[in-house]
Amino acid sequence: MAEIKSHIGTQNKKGQTYTDAWKMMNEAPRNPSFYTGSEVIKEALRRASCDVMIAYPITPQSEAAALIGELFAEGYIGDYFRGESEFAVMSQCAGAAFGGARVFTTTAGPGTMRAMENFPMWAGARLPIQMIVTCRGINSPLSIQPDTIEISYLLNTGMLVWHAETAQDFFDWILKGFMVSEEPEVHLPLALCCDGFFVTHTKDVVNLTPADMCLPPYDPYRSPVPCMDMECPPVRMMRDPFIMKSNYISYATHASWQQEIWAAVERSRKHTIKWINGLIETENTDAEVVIVASGTAVSQGREAIRLLEDEGVRCGLVKVKSLRPWPGEEIREATKNARHIFVPEFNVTGWLAKEIKATIPNSERVHAGPHVCGGMTMPPEIIVSEIKTALGLRSESLAGRGS
Amino acid sequence: MIKKRINIRMSGLGGQGAVTAAHVMAMAANRDGKFSISNPFFGAEKRMAPAESYCRIGIERIYDRGELVFPDVIEVFHPQVITMGKSYTMPFYSGVKEGGVVIINSAQPLLSEEDINRLKDLNVALFYIAGTELAIEVAGTELSTNMSMIGSVAGITKCVSMEALDGALQERFGKKFVASGGTASLDEAIKKKFAKKEMLLAKNLATVKAAYEIASEWADKNKIELRVGNPAVAA
Repeated sequence: MAEIKSHIGTQNKKGQTYTDAWKMMNEAPRNPSFYTGSEVIKEALRRASCDVMIAYPITPQSEAAALIGELFAEGYIGDYFRGESEFAVMSQCAGAAFGGARVFTTTAGPGTMRAMENFPMWAGARLPIQMIVTCRGINSPLSIQPDTIEISYLLNTGMLVWHAETAQDFFDWILKGFMVSEEPEVHLPLALCCDGFFVTHTKDVVNLTPADMCLPPYDPYRSPVPCMDMECPPVRMMRDPFIMKSNYISYATHASWQQEIWAAVERSRKHTIKWINGLIETENTDAEVVIVASGTAVSQGREAIRLLEDEGVRCGLVKVKSLRPWPGEEIREATKNARHIFVPEFNVTGWLAKEIKATIPNSERVHAGPHVCGGMTMPPEIIVSEIKTALGLRSESLAGRGS
Repeated sequence: MIKKRINIRMSGLGGQGAVTAAHVMAMAANRDGKFSISNPFFGAEKRMAPAESYCRIGIERIYDRGELVFPDVIEVFHPQVITMGKSYTMPFYSGVKEGGVVIINSAQPLLSEEDINRLKDLNVALFYIAGTELAIEVAGTELSTNMSMIGSVAGITKCVSMEALDGALQERFGKKFVASGGTASLDEAIKKKFAKKEMLLAKNLATVKAAYEIASEWADKNKIELRVGNPAVAA
């Protein structure tokens, strides 16, 4: 019989103690630090017992990739590669994960789009890779500023998709994300998204866990599919590949495997709820007006709610934290009292509003907007103006930028 | 005017240290026990191209981030922001709030009669400081221009203390700092200007102090009272 051995309580080569992840995240003391989002990504990785990081160091995430390179130099990361393109990076990530490593990478905007082919492949191969997506514009004219449209492309890849509001979310969710992703009944990649610049380049107070504690290492034998066994279905990726439907096993796999991936996304629900304390967060949802948002739009919504309060308009808030799994039931419950639901978004198409409309009854209550795109900022004043206009209240004309 | 929050927009050109200035201001405010957030906005990292940074300082938690569309204070780091339109909007002061302050780094006045009148209508005070000349005089390098700009806004609004600025500068320049290639090479350039790191810190702090005093005196004389605090308590 195989020996059962726990790493908890032992030390790694840097003298960090492998700590029970739940205790480390929820019970260990926290140290407030004033950092940029990129520095926070580095600090999370320092504590993540990460085996392999693969980098394509392009802005706006250059600082994160470069900073993790520093961590590698210090000995905190098992191995560190640079790929020649984002596509190569994501393929290398797959290789490392097939080999049984805990893998981390970062991408943004056009890079995400270039690498897109790999994401459904990761999910299909059940590789629990964590990818940070520091969203930026993808369209021409080119922008390096935040625009969240790339998230909409990730929603149907079979990856878990979370959208962080702040650097604090980011720090916690990087570490917690590995725990959810690596559950045997989940074992899927996670796209952990934030709005680039607004999180990565912003200095803010973040409470960090102790630097001498780290996550337990990844155990590849908890994988629900055999790793790197080319002969064993369902992940028989090479030699007589089953894209040919060459035999009954490959036929059966094709008939069922995508359903199994989405069932795994569903099974991640309970773990996600446990680790990030619910798929959504709510405030004052008994109000007639409610803002539903994800990412930085939540922060801008919070400021708008303050401004509205000063004018006697009460407004609730729903912060959507996880997009996959999708919190349909939670959103239905949180918006049941709302007569007006506003969905501010940093993209032109309003993908979040569409998801919400498809989820709730009486979807005409949803006002998709305001929207900003192409790397623009969303001042809280324009959310206020949108809400007041819809409620038939007088609002001042805004002579800001671009007007 | 006492406000729960002061929003500062710094309009500069790539390489002038506007991003660093906003970070240092926010770090100092954090040391003073206030809430603060700083972030930059720029396109390609290119010298002399428009670059902006924003610093929000307040007495309650700040959620707002991104470009500051409606600032209380605008700092212009380089005359070309105005004369060559190297700003994200024309005019450079669009969105400035009533009762705000515009601080311009220039030895000569740069605004047209029309601009002056529009600022007057908004009750916005206008302060010129020869920040680059001051940096050359005190620190011996124009690379310390951002220190003049930090001193100016701190001197007028008192939104951060001198002690906290000293601490923030040490935190930023006293240890190894990893950033993008552009910022790293500028850090190297400024280090080469000084024989020792302590010298860099001392001269930069002296530049901040010199600008602080000039700006503070101007604000007293012109009765500019834009402060961060609790308006309810003040009333």
